[in-house]
Amino acid sequence: MTVVSYMEGAVLIDLFLTFARIGMFTFGGGYAMLSLIEDTCVEDKKWITHDEMMDVTVIAESTPGPIAINCATYVGYKKGKLPGAVIATLGMVLPSFIIIYIISRFLDRFLEITWVTNAFKGIKAAVGILIVDAAFRMLKKMKKKPLQVSMVSCSFIALILINIFALNISSVVLMLVAAFTGIIVFAVRDCTGKERTKE
Amino acid sequence: MIYLDLLLGFLQVGFFSFGGGYAAIPLIRDIVLAYGWLDDELLTNMIAVSESTPGPIMVNMATYVGSVKGGILGAMIATAAVVLPAFVIILLIMILLKKLLQNKFVRAALSGLKPCIIGIILATGILMIIRTCGIWPAGETDVTTICLTFVMAIIYFGSRKILKKGIRPIMLICLSAIAGLIIY
Repeated sequence: MTVVSYMEGAVLIDLFLTFARIGMFTFGGGYAMLSLIEDTCVEDKKWITHDEMMDVTVIAESTPGPIAINCATYVGYKKGKLPGAVIATLGMVLPSFIIIYIISRFLDRFLEITWVTNAFKGIKAAVGILIVDAAFRMLKKMKKKPLQVSMVSCSFIALILINIFALNISSVVLMLVAAFTGIIVFAVRDCTGKERTKE
Repeated sequence: MIYLDLLLGFLQVGFFSFGGGYAAIPLIRDIVLAYGWLDDELLTNMIAVSESTPGPIMVNMATYVGSVKGGILGAMIATAAVVLPAFVIILLIMILLKKLLQNKFVRAALSGLKPCIIGIILATGILMIIRTCGIWPAGETDVTTICLTFVMAIIYFGSRKILKKGIRPIMLICLSAIAGLIIY
């Protein structure tokens, strides 16, 4: 019994340290993190198989929330049930939490220094480019069927219009409409498809 | 009550941000501006900080806004709130609903959601560039920033033609910080 709980403790500590390391060394968000998680959890630790890693990726992309958190919770649960899931997720969050907390305490005073402000002015130009680039990369991967293409265009135009006319509509509303449209289009196709097979 | 607002605001972010950090930026922008927590300028600074520090972008942003608005407790609440939906949903999928993602209606909803998010991210990025360059709504066109953005875009996208993977986002941020120091 003690041996078992000792082993479990060791797994939990390992989970925590591993995900803390992943959390500490990935810059640039989820997609960069996926390759590091695959490298660590599949190749190195052999906690999950390559196929399971593919599953995690699909699940992480089709569920809300930070992709890294989805992955940490998945692998943690797989290795150590609920305590494992909690510990792995905590490990993932903790390093950046500490770093950002410290930065946020000093950033205001920091920004009063002229050269820091100038550096940030430059960085702002980069941030916009990076966001557009993220969208381009997703566009490249997207299936270019009529539904997808029209959905991208509609949500793009809608958000621009919302901003130009300063309307009080959250992007959550756009997303709900999009999900609903997806279901309706599917239902309509399903019905017409069935009619065709009857004929 | 700032803590409750942080909790509800970031639960919403955590629950509706399909597709990772960049998808969350428009959402966080909506919520942060709606509550009047940060203005557009601080928000862009915050995104820059979140991108140039390690860890999930969304978690970084939640910690930052929480800390600025509610100290250490605010930071903890906002971070927990942004993480919680993802955590609970993955657990539920693993324990109960392994087949859920294969369900045709869930698939259909996702097939509408995913492209919508891409459109939203693209619009957010372009609007951010237009705002930073002062073209709209301020109407004070900032030629220096327009040139800088243009040059950075050429460097960033152009480097992919030459190098295999191009320069990394973190490199672009460093480069543009240095450029900012020199030209402003």
